[in-house]
Parts: sequence; structure tokens; C-alpha cells
Amino acid sequence: MSGYSADTRIRWTEWLPWVAAGAFFFLLPEYLSLGARILIFILFALSLDLILGYAGIITLGHSAFFGLGAYTAGIVSTQLAINEPFVQLAAAAAVAALLGVATGAVILRTRALTLLMLTLAITAILLEVANKATWLTGGADGLSGVKVDPILGFFRFDLYGRTAFLYCLIALFLGWWVVRRLIYSPFGAMLTGIRENTTRMHAIGAPVYWRLVLVYTISATMAGIAGALLTQTNQFVGLNVLGLEPSGDILVMLILGGVGRLYGAFIGPVVYLIAQDYLAKQYPEYWYFGIGTLLIAVVLFAPGGILGMVDKLRDKWLSLYKQKSSARASAR
Amino acid sequence: MRLTKIVALAAFALVSAAASAQTVKIGFITSYSGLNGNLGPYMERAVRLYIKQHQKELPPGVKIELIIRDDTGPNPDKARQLAQELVVRDKVDLLAGVIFTPNAMSMAPIATEAKVPFVIMNAGTSVITTRSPYIARVSFTLWQSSYPLGQWAAKKYKTAYTLVSDFGPGHDAETAFMQAFKEGGGNIVASVRVPLQNPDWAAYLQRVKDAKPDTLFVFIPAGKTATAVMKNFSELGLGQAGIKLIGPGDITTDEELPNMGDVALGVTTMFHYSAAGDRPANKAFVAAWKKEYGANETPNFLSAASWDGTAMIFEAIRQQKGKIDPDKTMAIFKSWKFANSPRGPISIDPETRDIVQNEYLREVRKVGGQLANVELETFAAAVKDPWKEQQKKK
Repeated sequence: MSGYSADTRIRWTEWLPWVAAGAFFFLLPEYLSLGARILIFILFALSLDLILGYAGIITLGHSAFFGLGAYTAGIVSTQLAINEPFVQLAAAAAVAALLGVATGAVILRTRALTLLMLTLAITAILLEVANKATWLTGGADGLSGVKVDPILGFFRFDLYGRTAFLYCLIALFLGWWVVRRLIYSPFGAMLTGIRENTTRMHAIGAPVYWRLVLVYTISATMAGIAGALLTQTNQFVGLNVLGLEPSGDILVMLILGGVGRLYGAFIGPVVYLIAQDYLAKQYPEYWYFGIGTLLIAVVLFAPGGILGMVDKLRDKWLSLYKQKSSARASAR
Repeated sequence: MRLTKIVALAAFALVSAAASAQTVKIGFITSYSGLNGNLGPYMERAVRLYIKQHQKELPPGVKIELIIRDDTGPNPDKARQLAQELVVRDKVDLLAGVIFTPNAMSMAPIATEAKVPFVIMNAGTSVITTRSPYIARVSFTLWQSSYPLGQWAAKKYKTAYTLVSDFGPGHDAETAFMQAFKEGGGNIVASVRVPLQNPDWAAYLQRVKDAKPDTLFVFIPAGKTATAVMKNFSELGLGQAGIKLIGPGDITTDEELPNMGDVALGVTTMFHYSAAGDRPANKAFVAAWKKEYGANETPNFLSAASWDGTAMIFEAIRQQKGKIDPDKTMAIFKSWKFANSPRGPISIDPETRDIVQNEYLREVRKVGGQLANVELETFAAAVKDPWKEQQKKK
């Protein structure tokens, strides 16, 4: 686990995801729309990791912010006829942040199961509002007719997803940079403290509640931006961005990658969405079966997620190596 | 981890791209999971059956490759993503299928931008075909069935209550029925729209019972939902209270009748296809279906539309000798006529690219111990979408 005491310089391995993303852009031009989708979900997973992995806030309703951001970006275009992508993004971030601070201030007074139920309830309410307010959201038919101007007046969102991919990549890079700064800061250390022992954090005089509200709001803003990115790349919002399903999906992706690790949020969506893409194409009738098997395998054999498993293997290898070398030393 | 996955995917993509040159690729999107996930196979089977029976009629050397995708129910976001991938990655010549209106609507801009002809084999909201010049519909519109049903009901009943699913097709069904019913002198007691996904029917139906209308008009997406409505209708005793259940054929689809049981007896519907239709073309179709998929299997209206849609695609392939040009294909679709459809003579309206077909008045009866939608009369012949006809006059 990364923490305050760790070396905060960016290691060379941390550049690998970005190199991989760049290679993806040039090598697999036909898969860019899937790529953009993966980037969006990484950003969404990263926002969840911040509250679940670092601050220990258990939530099943993170899609509330994702969906609200998605709808806000869309509605700004359909109702107010503002098609400037950065304005849409800013509006989505602002609205999601508002909901984050408003709901966070209330629900973060509770803990554990109560908290879980409340997050669930907020998403359910939003889903019902979006379903009923047909004039605003398009209801079950979805919000169509969303327009997005070319970025900076030049880069149109094309059918091949080139613009979308780069746009999402830049957004994700900024999101990653912010999260990385946060978790290596005293604020990040405080969050880890709250997760590990809330009582002790109270005892040393840390403002636990306000710290939680702050991190919840930051996370909500990021999720809102991820939702807005989805709207802009799709130019469409469906009712399914809200509700239990995307909340569950993103949680599963994060668990798959490894909770409470910065790069768990990267690995999870990549594996999950590529597996989903591959299986859905190979077995359109039974692809859920494959996803289920993958999840069971991870929960049974790699409880810390894929990164947890990698760590365990590395530790085992290292200790073996040490034993051998010490054995060799004593033999000598 | 990430890189090896990508390399594996790339290798796979290269292998699958190396198909033969004279292959017509059809991207086929339907639902195998989620709400009404059981309906996807009814469409796919019809397409496969048609291809199997008629492959010889294709120009020599031309093959059809069907690329199938699951849109997971009413999930427009997913459908759009799949359509985009089919166009960009698989380079399909045509798009086809689609059960749900929201999905078809989200796919329409892709058809336009990529210039890929898009054959709609179910989704029945009138407005869909206006969303892209590359859309042609072989299924039906809700207006086609609900408007004539309103006319018929106005002659028989004085008061009606409408209950529809709250999405595009539901709104169409409600508006069409109400308009025709009122024009015929009927009175609408109340109109209720219920959420598309899993509402509690008992609450809604109890209200209907209390309002005591002569008839209850229902539209919900075909499939299991219809069975739930039917069961609640009977358990709450709406039938005994003298309320007659009517609707477009979605509420008594052929494959669900055995699950509904005797509750469905006597329900009157207006629709374009019944597996019990006694046209020779339909008998042959049903017989071929049972031979291929088993004696207990029955095709439904989604199968009929998919069958006819495949016939239309075959015509386009034949005329262009296997080389699909989007604009020529649309021209062929627009002038397409099919006298031997299982549902009777059909054609595409060249102006709107929408289906023109007969509407049959049907009642659920027992035929040889099995429930069936028995066609009583051809209520209206060669019906064009009434909504579009009204829009023209405006």
C-alpha cells in the first residue's frame, strides 16, 4: 500500500500505462472507441478508489455522480444549446460536486451498513427522477440530440473515436495526477488513518468528518467528469448510467484490479472491459457466464485483486531469493 | 498485463479480418440478456433459417456473414457502442435487428454518418425511420395496430382506460389508440404510463378495476412482462368485473401464450402477424421452423419480421451481385415488395421507408387444445403508418 511515508517521486513503472495508451492509439485504431470507454471507466474507478480504497467509505451508489455528470453535460447541450465541450465538462463537474457535498454532509455522519443503504437510496432516487422527467432527460428512451462542438474548434468527435480517445486520455492523466498528489499528501495520510482507525484519528484531533466530506466531494466531482466524458464521446445519455448496475460494475472492476492501490483502478477496468468485449463477441448468448467465472476466480484466488496477486507472487519470489542467497552466504 | 491482452486482441483481429472478398457482412444487434433477453433467439433463428433455405439463390461466390451482438435489453448506450464497433472494426455492409426503440434511436446517427443501411426488424416507434435516411423498417409501428384498434373499440365500447409502458412505443400506442377511440365517439377514463422495467402491476390494475371502464387498452413490450400483466389481470378479477382486455399483439405474443394459460382466452388484439395465420406462406414458415428447431417451438412476430427483413436484404444482394452500395441498397429497399410474407403481402413505402402491411383482428382461442391468436378478419389492408400520414397532411 502506498502511504505518506513512501517515496513520492514518480517511478519509471508509473509511466508504463501512459506509454501503453500511446501505443494503443497508434497500433489499434479500430479499437479506439473501446479504448476511450476504458479510459472513462478508469477515471470513474479512480474516483471510487479515492473514497473506498483510501478513506474507507463503503458505497454502492457512486453511479449517482457519474450519471448526474452524464446527464448534466447532455442537458446543457439539449436545453441550453451550449455545445462547447469544456463548458459542458465544467457544468457536469460543478453539479456533481454540489450533489457530493450536499449528500456527503448528510450521509457521512453514518457508517457501515447505514451508509451503504443511504448511498444506494440516493442513486435510486436520481434514477427515478431521470426516468420520470421525460421532458428533461428523455426518460427510458434516453437523451438524444446531444451536440458537442469540435475541441478547441479543430478536433471533431469522429466515428473512429480518435478525438474521443485523446480527449479522455488527457482528462484521465489530469485526474491521475490530482489523485496521486492527494494520496501522497498529509491529507492522504489522514484518510488512510481514518480508514484504519477512526477513533484514534479523533483522539489525535483530526477533523474526521470534514475530511471525509472533502474527499467525498472531490471523488464526486471526478465521477461527474467521467460521466460527462461518456456523454460527449457517445453524444447520447441512456437511463442505464444511473442505478445499481454501473455502481456494481465499477465496484467489481476496482475489486478486480485491487482496492486501495492507485493502479488497481487502472488494471481493473482494462481487464474487465476487454474481457467483456471479447466474451460478448465470442459468445453473444452466454457471455455473462464468462464474466461470472472471472469474478469467482479472482475472489477465490486473488482476494487483493490482480495487483494483490502480483504483489504476493513478487514477495514469495523475493523471500525465496533471500533464503537462497542467505543459504549460500552461510554455506560459504 | 495490459500489453499482452492488447497484443492478443490485435492478433485475433488480424485473423478474423482475413475473410473472403465476396462476403456480405451483416451486423445483427438484438437482446440475449436483460429485459426480454429471451426474444433475441427468435430473431436470430429466423435470419439463420432464411439464409439456410435461400443460400442457393445468392449470386455465385457470394456468402453472408452474420455478426451477432447482444445489446443487453433497452440499453441505448450499449447499442450505440456495438453499432459503432461493427462499422469501424468489422466493417459491416448492413446493420440489422434491434428489439427496443431507444436502441434504434441511438444507432441512427451511426447509420447516417457511416452510410450503412440499417434494417429494423422490431423497434416500432413511428419516428425512428425519420432519424436516418439509411433506415428501412420491416417490422411494424405501434400506430399501425393501435389506431385501427381504437376505431374498432369505439364501435363496441363507450369507455376505455389506457395503460402503457413509459417509453417511445408506449407513448405512440397510447396516442394512436386515444385519438382513434375519441374520433369514434368513445370516452377515455384515464391514461396511465408505467415504468418500463419491472413495475408492480397489481397496484396499477387495482386502480383500473376501481375506475370500471368497459375496456382496458394495454401496451407493454412483448414477452414475459405481458404474462405478468395477464396473471395480475385475472387474479384481481378484472375480467369478472366486466372489463375487456385489448391491445396490440404484443400482449399475447405467440410464444408466451402457453405460459399465460387460459387467462388469455378471449383477449382481443390487433396485429400484423399470428403464428396461427392460415396463409400458405405462414404454414410453410411455421412448418420449417418446427422442423429446424423442434415441434414445441413456435415463431412469433419478431421471427416473421426478421425473416422478411432477411428476404429484403437477399433481394438487395442479388440485384447488386454481392457488392453492397449503401445508396443503391436503399433504393432497392424502397421499391421492395414481398407477396409471400408469412404475414400476407407487404411492401416498403418508398416515401417513408416504413413497412406497409395488413392488420388483422384476432382473438385468443383454443385450437386443438393449444391457445392461439386466431385471425378473425383482415381489419385493414395495406396499412401505412398512420402517424406519418397525419404528419404529411400537417
